[in-house]
Amino acid sequence: MTFLRHTQLIFMRNVRRTLREPAWIMIGMFQPVLYLLLFAPLLDNLVLPGYGDTSSLNIFVPGLLVMIALFGLGFAGFGILDDLRNGVIERFRVTSASRLALLLGMILHDVVVFLLQCAVLVVVATLMGFRADIVGLVVLFGLLALVGLMVAAFSYALGLIFRDESSLAASLSTLTLPLLLLSGVLLPLSLAPELLQTIADFNPFLHIVEAARALIHGDMGHNSIAIAYGVVFVMMLLTMQWAISLFRRATA
Amino acid sequence: MNIIETNKLRKVFNVRQGKNGGDQTIEAVKGIDLQVRTGEIFGFLGPNGAGKTTTLRMLSTLIPPTDGQATIAGHDLLRNPKQVREVIGYVSQVGGVDVTATGRENLLLQAQLCGMARHEAEQRTNELLVALDLTSFADRVAKTYSGGQRRRLDLALGMVHRPRLLFLDEPTTGLDPQSRARLWDEVRRLRSEGTTIFLTTHYLEEADILADRLAIMDHGEIVAEGTPKQLKQQIAGDVISLGLETQNGAAQHAHNLLNEQPYVREIHPSDGLFQLYVEHGEETLPAVLRLLDGAGLSVRTVSLSRPTLDDVFLRRTGRSLRESIE
Ligand SMILES: Nc1ncnc2c1ncn2[C@@H]1O[C@H](COP(=O)(O)OP(=O)(O)OP(=O)(O)O)[C@@H](O)[C@H]1O
Ligand SMILES: [Mg+2]
Repeated sequence: MTFLRHTQLIFMRNVRRTLREPAWIMIGMFQPVLYLLLFAPLLDNLVLPGYGDTSSLNIFVPGLLVMIALFGLGFAGFGILDDLRNGVIERFRVTSASRLALLLGMILHDVVVFLLQCAVLVVVATLMGFRADIVGLVVLFGLLALVGLMVAAFSYALGLIFRDESSLAASLSTLTLPLLLLSGVLLPLSLAPELLQTIADFNPFLHIVEAARALIHGDMGHNSIAIAYGVVFVMMLLTMQWAISLFRRATA
Repeated sequence: MNIIETNKLRKVFNVRQGKNGGDQTIEAVKGIDLQVRTGEIFGFLGPNGAGKTTTLRMLSTLIPPTDGQATIAGHDLLRNPKQVREVIGYVSQVGGVDVTATGRENLLLQAQLCGMARHEAEQRTNELLVALDLTSFADRVAKTYSGGQRRRLDLALGMVHRPRLLFLDEPTTGLDPQSRARLWDEVRRLRSEGTTIFLTTHYLEEADILADRLAIMDHGEIVAEGTPKQLKQQIAGDVISLGLETQNGAAQHAHNLLNEQPYVREIHPSDGLFQLYVEHGEETLPAVLRLLDGAGLSVRTVSLSRPTLDDVFLRRTGRSLRESIE
């Protein structure tokens, strides 16, 4: 009970902080929305191999959701840097509140922001002609919530290791770009040489994108869905474990 | 009864150095034994880098000791950190204010994290806002506070849950004289309510006036411990401070001359300034002046004082605390 209460307290504290500077929510969405508005229309006249006559938006939107996860949520770890520097984390750690509750409260805030950003993107895309299967969309958001926990925990772990903005930014951007490119976000990986495809198989985001495309299509039996859920769930547990063990040791 | 007992508490930091240097180890705290009694104000005095903060961080469960043990209110520091945390409050040297929130929000959150229900937390927040004179800016974002205002909020945050033991790391650094006096009052009031206070300070006067007992720390070791009065009494007698002209070996001459006098117990020279520890200062002073005058040594300044904690520090370490700080 106290665990949930403390999680909620920290969650609300971070929500208040975000509401004071709402611009950050926009910044995380800026690139994906630009892609949607300025790049997606170009795809209309391309015939993409392997997708039949599916609308290009239906192929593109899942990729953009992953893009928000990597380029928006991926930078969630920045949120803890000021708190570490200002002694806020230390102050929390001297209370009897569970450390997992403290970390989880922060991470859940970032995940909720991420899901809201995804919802906005889906709405904008729908205005442009995107159509998704409703049940599939609900299952997709479940998957995205897990993705959110995984990515945010990873980002916090890096934040706790690097402790300063510039090295965190450098390490994040070297990681996120290859992950993004090798997930078939912009163009399907079936266009890629075999070697690249093999490498990409190890990229969880590839499986997320494939599952998302199947879900939007309403193809609930597609095996990519179970794979994505399984892979993301396991990785989420691992990254959470990593982040909490770093957080337990954290001293500014 | 002792609320804090430490047994050979020690902390070694391993620091990775630049390109060519290997790892360097810093023994910040060298196995100290401390006893803090329940209900007292315990002062921890020492120059920069003495190891005060490191000791406090170990005692408040933030960093694990390298060696040694400690119990806080009967709870083992290493085995029951959670129980320890329930008993203590900690205000760090750098503070812990969330500058993106208002003072009131900071306090409300802290109170609730310490287990209070919402209405109880609100009540306690209002109490503390008044006690530490924060009311007029309580609903402004803390980013906009002055240094002293922020420091007062730090202190309020440390006391929210009425801890039985409150650690204050340099609580008055950066406060103006009025706020400092107010804080001293608050600390004494907490003691009268039964809280034990463990505070570090650079200020000799603060330790002298405020602390019931104190420990003086230097280079990771406790060099003296006791009540301020006891410590000063160890330096029997009075202190004569002499400022001399020092040309042509006059300083050495004076030193030798003074050293021969039976009434001089100790001399601590430092360029042109001599501290003489003597008995019966009022009677000795004229004799000293006559002696120096007769030897053709000119005295520029002279003063007579009772020993201070600085003299205690000087006696134990050979350095003046005032100089190590300034
Ligand atoms: N995290 C750390 N890593 C490495 N060395 C440290 C660390 N923290 C403290 N030290 C070193 O340990 C020694 C004691 O530092 P500490 O902060 O405890 O001193 P202090 O008495 O609080 O000094 P001050 O009055 O300046 O606050 C110093 O030499 C300091 O450089
Ligand atoms: Mg210190």
